Amino acid sequence: MSERIDKVVAQVCGVILGKELQIRLALACLLARGHLLIEDIPGVGKTTLAHSLAASLGLSFQRIQFTSDLLPADILGVSIYNRENATFQFHPGPIFTQVVLADEVNRATPKAQSALLEAMEEHQVTIDGETRRLPAPFFVIATQNPSYQVGTFPLPESQLDRFLMRIRLGYPNVEAERELLKGQDRRDLLEQLGACLRGEDLAELQHEAQQVHVSPALLDYVQAVVNHTRASAEYANGLSPRAALALLHAARAWALMEKRKHVVPEDVQAVLPGVVGHRLMSTAEGGRVNGFDMAEQLMKQVPIP
Amino acid sequence: MRERLDLRDTVWLTASVFLVAAPHVERLPSWVSLLAGMLIVWRLYLARSKRELPHRALLVVIVAGVTAGVYLQYATLFGRDAGVALIVVMLALKLLEMRTVRDATLLIFLAYFLVITNFLYSQTLPTALYMLACVWFITAGMIGINFSRAPRSVGPQLRTSGVLLLQATPLMLVLFVLFPRVEGPLWGMPTDAQRGSTGLSDTMAPGSLSQLTLSDAVAFRVAFKSPVPELRRLYWRGPVLWDYDGRTWRAPRARYARPSYNTEFYPVDYTVTVEPHGKVWLFALDLPGRLPPRALATTDFQLVSAEPVTTRVRYEMTSFLDYTYGINESEDVLQRNLALPEGYNPRTLALASRLKRQHGSDQAVMQAAFAMFGSQGFTYTLAPPRLGENSVDEFLFDTRSGFCEHYSSAFVVLMRAAGIPARVVTGYLGGETNPIGDYVIVRQADAHAWAEVWLRGRGWVRADPTAAVSPARVEQGIGATGAASALPLFMHDNPVLRRMRLTWDSVANTWNQWVLGYTAERQRTLLSRVGLDDATWRTLAGLLLAATGLIVLVLALVTLRRLRVRVHDPVSRAYLAFCAKLARRGLARDAAEGPLTYADRVTKVRPDLGTAVGDFVALYVALRYGDEPGEDNVGRLRRLARDFQP
Repeated sequence: MSERIDKVVAQVCGVILGKELQIRLALACLLARGHLLIEDIPGVGKTTLAHSLAASLGLSFQRIQFTSDLLPADILGVSIYNRENATFQFHPGPIFTQVVLADEVNRATPKAQSALLEAMEEHQVTIDGETRRLPAPFFVIATQNPSYQVGTFPLPESQLDRFLMRIRLGYPNVEAERELLKGQDRRDLLEQLGACLRGEDLAELQHEAQQVHVSPALLDYVQAVVNHTRASAEYANGLSPRAALALLHAARAWALMEKRKHVVPEDVQAVLPGVVGHRLMSTAEGGRVNGFDMAEQLMKQVPIP
Repeated sequence: MRERLDLRDTVWLTASVFLVAAPHVERLPSWVSLLAGMLIVWRLYLARSKRELPHRALLVVIVAGVTAGVYLQYATLFGRDAGVALIVVMLALKLLEMRTVRDATLLIFLAYFLVITNFLYSQTLPTALYMLACVWFITAGMIGINFSRAPRSVGPQLRTSGVLLLQATPLMLVLFVLFPRVEGPLWGMPTDAQRGSTGLSDTMAPGSLSQLTLSDAVAFRVAFKSPVPELRRLYWRGPVLWDYDGRTWRAPRARYARPSYNTEFYPVDYTVTVEPHGKVWLFALDLPGRLPPRALATTDFQLVSAEPVTTRVRYEMTSFLDYTYGINESEDVLQRNLALPEGYNPRTLALASRLKRQHGSDQAVMQAAFAMFGSQGFTYTLAPPRLGENSVDEFLFDTRSGFCEHYSSAFVVLMRAAGIPARVVTGYLGGETNPIGDYVIVRQADAHAWAEVWLRGRGWVRADPTAAVSPARVEQGIGATGAASALPLFMHDNPVLRRMRLTWDSVANTWNQWVLGYTAERQRTLLSRVGLDDATWRTLAGLLLAATGLIVLVLALVTLRRLRVRVHDPVSRAYLAFCAKLARRGLARDAAEGPLTYADRVTKVRPDLGTAVGDFVALYVALRYGDEPGEDNVGRLRRLARDFQP
C-alpha cells in the first residue's frame, strides 16, 4: 500500500522539481487528516503543488483566490430563488470539493477567512440553517504571503492553530531551476498527471497512519519537547496539548511513509518544524517571523530520552 | 537579561546604597552625608516622576566640587577617611547615571566594596551582622535585575539570595581559616586605631583615676583556668609610680630585667585579652610569673609590650598571689623611694615624725597610718573637693575625703616622710565575673591605686589604704562603695539589665576571641596542630586553593546529581553503554540525535562497523519504539552492547 505513496511522491516530484521534502511533508499532513498552510512569496510553485497533489491522489480540486473583497458566500455557496418550482436552490460554493486551494488566504478579510476556517474544523458548512457535509476526504491547502507584504490580514494564532502544518517551499536550487527552465510548461504537465490512488485507498492509508504504534518512550520525547517550550524563557507561549497531538499525528503519518510500524524520534523531528513552527512565538522582538528557526532550535535543545 | 531598569530595580538599588552608606554617617563630615542623602532623594524623585537623569556635564561639575571639598577637608584624597568620603558621594552620584543593567551591576559591586569599608572602622559583631544583612539585600537586588521576566517578587528574590550566601558559607570559612593573616592593625594606621581609647597612664595626679572610673569601657577580659581567686585578691598590676613632685606621681624610666621572687605558692593560670589602649602596658595579677610574647618586664614587675597596644592583645599568664620580693633591694632604689619634694606638706611631715616616734618599727608605723585612715572620719568619694598646693596636707587634715589616688598618694608620702621606702602602684582591682561566658570583665571603672612599702626582711609589701577607709571597695568592687551614685548607671543596675548586659558581653567576647582574635599567631598554632609547622604564605595559598577547589567541586557534584537522570530501563541502559563505547572512539551521540540518524552518521564515518551498528540500532529501535517487547531480545541487546567493540 505504502508503495503507492512513493508513486505519488515521485509523480509530484516530477512537476515540482527539487522539493521532495516539502512534498512528503504535504502528503504526511494529508495522511494525518490535517490541513496545510504554505507560506512563501508568489511564484515558487504553491499552486502547482496543490494542484499536482490533488491530481495524483485522484481527488477533486477547486481553487479559491482570496481577495480583500471576498465574501463568505463566495466560498460556501449561495441559495438562489428558483422561479420554476418556487423554491430556493442551493448553489454550492467552491468549498464543496476534496482539495481546496485557498490561495493567498491572508489577503481576505477576517470574515472570509473564518468562513473557510470553520469549514476546515467542522468538515461541514451551515448555510441558511441547513448543515451540509463536505466531501471526504477534505483537505485544505492554504497559501499565504509572508506577513511583511502589503495588503495582508495575518491569521490570528487561534486560526493558525487549525493548520496541522505550515511549510515553506523556498527557491529551487540551481539544478532544479535549470531543469524547470528547460522543461515543459507546468500546466501541460499537470494535465497529463494521472491518479495513482484509487477511491478508498486514501481513506485506508489515513486509517493505517492512525494505527502506527507509539511507544511510551516516544511519548516521553513528545512530552519533553512540549514541556521544554513551556519551561524555557525563549518562547512567549508553550505548545498546547492540541499541538502535541498534532505532532503525534504527523509523526505517525511520516512513519507510515517511511514504511515503519512504529514511530521513532526521527519521525517526530522530521515533522517538528512544520508542525510547531507556526505555533511558537519568540520572546525576542519579531515574534513569529523566525518560527522555523525556533523549531530547529527546539529540536536541537531537547535531548531524546 | 533586560536592558533597561524599571522603577522597582531603581528603588531597590537606591535602598541598597542607603543601607551600606548609613553607618558611615557618624564618621563623615556632615556636608558629605547631607550631599549623599540629597543625591539619593533626587534619584528617587527622578525615578518616580519618570524624568530624565541629569546631564553628564552637571555630574562632572558635582564630582569636581566634591573632590575639591574632600581635599579641603582632609588635605588628601587618599587614606581611610578621605577615601570613604569620596566613595560614598561617588556611589550616590553613580545612582544618577544608572540607566542600564550594566550600570546597575557596577553599582552593586561598588556597594559590596562599601560594605568592606565599614569594617575599617568597626569590627564588632553588630557591624558584622548588619553588613551581612546588607550583602543579603544587595545580592537579592542583583538577582532582581537579572530576572528576565516579570513577575518578580521580594520573597523568592531574598530566598535565592539567602541560598547563595549559604552556599558561600563553606568558602567563607576556608578563606577565614586559611587566608594569610597580616600582623598588626589591618590597614597599618595606628593613629586611627588609638583614637579615643582610654586607660591608665604613667602619671597620676589627683582626679586622673576618678575620671577613668566614670568610663564603662572594658579594659581587659580574663578567662581563668584555675579557680577564680577572691575578688579582694584581684590586684591587676599596672604602672608603678616612683617619683613625686608635690602633685603628680610619675613612673621612672623603665629598667628591664628578668625579675625573680621567692614563691611557688598559689599559682593562678589565666588568659588575658587586653582591649587596645594605645599605651605599652599589659596587665597581670600581682605578681606575674611569666612574660607575654613580645613583651618585657621591668624590675618592679610592670609588663611592657614591645609596641603600643593598638589592637586587641591576647596572652596566657601565670601569676603567684603569695610572694616575697625585693628583700635585697639596692640602696639606690630605696633612696629613690624615700625622696620627697622639699617645701611641701609640712603638716604631713610633722605627723610622720610623730608617728615614727610613737611607734618605732616600720611595721607599727604602717599599722598606725591604717588605723588613722579607718577611724578619723575619712570618706571615700568620687567627687572629692579640689586641693591646693600642699595637697597631701589638705587632704589628711582638712577635707578627709577622696578617692583611691588620694589615699595611696597620701599614704606613700606619709611613709616616705617616716623613712619607710614606699611607692604608688596603679592598676585595676577586682572585676565583674560573667557567669555566662565564665570569665572576668575588668573595666576602666575598676581602675585603682594602692601602695607598696618596703619592709626590712620582708621586701616589698602591698599596702592598700583604701581598704582601711572603704573595705567594701576591696571586698565587693567599686559598685558596692558609697560613691556608687556618682558612677555610671551600669554599675548599679537591676538584675535583669545586668544579666542582659553580661550576656551581650559574653557574645561580644566570643566574637573577639574567635573571630577578631584569630591572628597570624593563632593561625600558625592551629595549622601546627594539624601537622603544618611553619606554614609560609605559599603553603597557605596552596591550601586555600585546594580547599576552595574541593568545596566548589562538592557543590558542583551535588548540583549535578540533581540533574542526572537515573536510567532503570535495561534497553536504555544497553543503548547508553553502546553510545558510550562509540563516544570513546570520538563518535559521541548528540543528545538530540535519534538512534537511526546516529547509526547513519557512525556508519558513514566507520563503514567497518556498519553491520554491528545497524543490527544493534535496529534491535534497539524495535525494542524501545516498537510494540513487540521480548525478554529474549532484551537479553540479546545487552549481549550485543557488551560485545560491541568499536
